[in-house]
Formats: sequence, structure tokens, C-alpha cells
Amino acid sequence: MKFKGKSWLFGDDISTDLIFPGRYVHLLSNIPELVKHTLEDARGDYAAGVKPGDFVVAGKNFGMGSSREQAATIIKQSGACAVLAKSFARIFFRNSINNGLPVVEVDTSGIEEQDELELDLKAGILKNLTRSFERRFAPLPPIMTEILNDGGLVSHIKKHGDFHL
Amino acid sequence: MPQTLSEKIISEKVGHPVKAGELVLTPVDWVYAHDLSGPLAISQLEKLGLGPLKYPERVIFYLDHSSPSSTAIAATEQKVIREFAHKLNLKFYDVGSGIAHQVIMEETLRPGDLVIGGDSHTCQGGAVAAFATGMGSTDVAMAMLLGRTWLKVPETMRFVLKGKFPPGVYAKDAMLFIIGQIGVDGATYRAMEFLGPAIVAMPLYERTIFANMAIEAGAKVGLLPSDKKTREYFKEFNREKDYRPLKPDEGANYSYTLEVDCSKLEPQIALPHNVDNVKPITAPELKDVKVHQVYMGTCTNGRIEDFRVAAKILKGKRINPGTRLVATPASRDVYLKGAKEGIWQTFVEAGGLVNSPGCGACPGIHTGILGDGENCLSTMNRNFKGRMGNPKAFIYLASPAVCAASALTGKITDPRNIR
Repeated sequence: MKFKGKSWLFGDDISTDLIFPGRYVHLLSNIPELVKHTLEDARGDYAAGVKPGDFVVAGKNFGMGSSREQAATIIKQSGACAVLAKSFARIFFRNSINNGLPVVEVDTSGIEEQDELELDLKAGILKNLTRSFERRFAPLPPIMTEILNDGGLVSHIKKHGDFHL
Repeated sequence: MPQTLSEKIISEKVGHPVKAGELVLTPVDWVYAHDLSGPLAISQLEKLGLGPLKYPERVIFYLDHSSPSSTAIAATEQKVIREFAHKLNLKFYDVGSGIAHQVIMEETLRPGDLVIGGDSHTCQGGAVAAFATGMGSTDVAMAMLLGRTWLKVPETMRFVLKGKFPPGVYAKDAMLFIIGQIGVDGATYRAMEFLGPAIVAMPLYERTIFANMAIEAGAKVGLLPSDKKTREYFKEFNREKDYRPLKPDEGANYSYTLEVDCSKLEPQIALPHNVDNVKPITAPELKDVKVHQVYMGTCTNGRIEDFRVAAKILKGKRINPGTRLVATPASRDVYLKGAKEGIWQTFVEAGGLVNSPGCGACPGIHTGILGDGENCLSTMNRNFKGRMGNPKAFIYLASPAVCAASALTGKITDPRNIR
């Protein structure tokens, strides 16, 4: 899988409360409405400004806190093709894969706002086309690659009838 | 080979010895969801044709986040869960029962259980030596369907607690101190084990805080050994038969060890907006911090012992007129005990208010949302921006004793200075 798009920058320790604020809990099952508030408390211009194929780019520990899966769902539905971060919180990472949202642990330093990025998931290469540098990253564990390639966990289970370790 | 608690529990489940780093497909003893994680779990199951669930007797639903329901939408989502649970004859706890993690610990969990919950604080179960970990709704749904899940056996960080706690200092202070030391991602992907003489001497309600807040350092699980104190706890809930001793082996492999001398600790405060922004209460920046609301409760510190500590400080006094005091018991059992002991009377006579069991204020749903620019001092576990429903508010975390003392003065107050 190859992706190309612009970067939206976020800092360290972006919590799922910043991604999906608790005050919108009434929109829990109304994803089309909830998506309009994606990452709202981290930066208010993201949800309206993001273009299909853009990247969410962050520092360390992205997605910390609550297990609310809609945090991953709305980032995917917002149009972002992947989240790139120095590190991720465990539950968010798993939720993203389960929703078919690529999450990539990679050194994001040096990436600036609206840089043009190209991600090659299979090769494990992130290119910054604006600033002409590239970073390599380790592949996901095979089970996660498979779930991601199947389009998420529900499709994975539909296909295999079980977890396919 | 000597094993950590995680390795030991997972080995038992899968039927062969495992070690940190291995990926396993493991049976689960319990899998649960609540009114926020439940609706998506159910709709994912419906996408797969609704089962049949492999082990319906292991599946539990709790309604605790809007308890009682806060909006028509919440009430309708709860109705869906209620009907689903009844249709499949699943264990179900309606509004008023209490917070999932507390209720499952009182009634259900056994040492050595492997538990998946649709909530990050599922790790609370580690207090009774259950390998309990939070996941999202889809993982929970698949575990409900298949009776198993996949996971990586975590590496373990060891925290050895020594020394006697000084008066006015509690397990909450020790855990805030630890998170302050290792950071909000200090234990990501790993297990935390809490051991040592101070843990051995500690009753279950205090041990629970270490397991509960392990997620605040990013951990997969927070585990404590099962021993005499665990047995006493099970006895209190008339299920001594569920007790068995369980501890890590001597010589087990730990990736990190931190020793904490509890006798040297002061009360600790986590300042906005991260749980690792921890300072001792005597720090200069904590002088004269006005408190608009004190919130006591949640899965972290909503147990009867917590309210006893607070009631002792509040008894016969009035809270500061500029401060609201909100108490929310973590379970029906806590609610009943508090009623019988006159604890709620003490809170109300002091000028506070008491909610029914639940946890709606912490994620910001209802029963204690903050106003713009307000400071809240809470016994809860998270002080992220936007927590408690308002990104323009500020949350400080502390022990029940600090909370009660501060309710009296209207500013963050060291409980060691009250009478």
C-alpha cells in the first residue's frame, strides 16, 4: 500500500479525549456528525481542513487514555490515510488496525505543516517530498498486517472465521 | 523457567509455558463492555450475523457511564444493550449497579483470570491478580464471539514498595509518584507488577489503585500478587472459594525495577493536563490553588474506605462556600455501606452532594461537568484537557484525604495540616 498526501502536525501525548471529546458522547453512534469534531480539542482547524489522503503526524504516545474506538474510526473517516507518530498508546494502536487505519511508528521529527509525504507501508519507507528526506520504519507484526490488509478485524474474522495468527 | 505474573497467567490459559514477547491466541475467562463501548460491540457482532457466542456465560454488560441515562440517545443505546443481553441471556448490570471494574472485582474476578474489557481501566482487575486489559469495542466483540483473543505476552516492569506510609499519605500518592517518575508512556506495551513489603501489608482497596492507574503509564496490565489480603477481600464479599494464592516466581525476568520508599512520600498532586505532571503538595506552585469543585469517586478512589477517610475529615465541618463537593460511590455495595455508616449524611451536612453509583463525570457525560476556567480537584485517574467535559477547565488529581481537606478550605490543602 502506497499513500501520498499532506501533513497535519500534532504534538506529544494526544489523548483520545482530544481526538473524540467526551462532550460529544451523544454522537457515539453517529459517525457522520462525530467526524466533524475529529481532533477538535487538539487543533480546531483539522476536521474542516483535512483532504482525503492527508496524514496525521504526531510526536510520542499518540492516542493515550480511553479505549473509545471511535477515536480511530473518525480519524479514518475524516479522510486521513494514516497516522504517523514517534510512538502510540497501545489500545489506540490496536483499534486503528482493527478499523483498517494504518498507524506507523516512525521518527516524525523534521516534518513540517503541510509537507508532501509519501508512505510505502510494504517497503517500510516514509518520504518527505517537500524536504527531500526519507525515514525507514519496522513493519507491523504479521497478524496486524493481515488484519489491516483484510480491511479491519470484522472483515478479517469474516474471511478466516477466527484470528489468523 | 521462573515467570512473571503475566507469563504465569497466560501460560495457564494457553496450556504451555510462554515468555515475554510471544504472540498468543488465548481463551478469555470474562469479556465485558459498558454503555459507551457496548453499542459498537453489538453492531460489530450484528455485522457477523450475531454469533452464536462461543461462551455466553463469560460475557457481561454494565451500564455505568450514564447512570441513570443522561440523554434520550444514551437511554436508547442502553435499551439496545439491555435487550441484547436479555435476548442472549447474558450477565447484565443495569444503571445503579456501579462501575464495571469495581463490580466485576467485587463479584466475579478470580486470581489467574484472563479478562478483556471495553474500557481502558479494565486493568483494575490486576488488583486480584487477574490479567485484565482494556481493548476497543471490536476486539471486545470478537472475544465475545470467539471466546478468545490474541495478544503479545508483555515484558514486565517491577515496582518494589517499601516502608510504612506516613499519616496522611496513601497508595494514591505512591502511584502518582510512580507515574511522575516514569511518565505517561513509561510502561507502554508492558506489564507493571507491584511488589514488596508495603504491598504485602496493604489492604485490597489500596492495592486497587496501582492496578487501576497502570494504564496512566500506558501499561497493558497492572498486576499485584494474590495473598492473605486478597483472601480477606474475597471473604468480605462471601466468595472465599474464589481465592487462590498467586505470585511471580523468584528470579523472574524484569525489564526494569524501581524501588519506592513509601515512608519518605508526601501527598502528591498531578497538575493539569497530564497524569505525569506530578508534584508534592508542598511545591510552591501548589500554594493557593483555588478549587471550584472537589470530585470524589470513580473506579480509582470510589470505594467505601476512600469515603471513610474523607468523612473523618469532613465530620462536623462545613465546606468552603466557594467550593462544590461531589461524591459518587463506585458500586451499589459502596453506596449501601456508606448509607449504613452515615457517611453520606456527613457529606451532605458538610454541604456536599451525593450521586448514585456510576462514573459519568470523569469522561464528561454528566453529574459534575466543569465550567470554563474552573479548577477541579479529584480522586480520579485522568486530568487530560477536555476530561470532565470542558477543555477550558483544569483538573488536579489527588488522594481522598487531600480532596476532603481541600473542600473545607476551598484551595488545595495538605490533609496533614487539618486539625
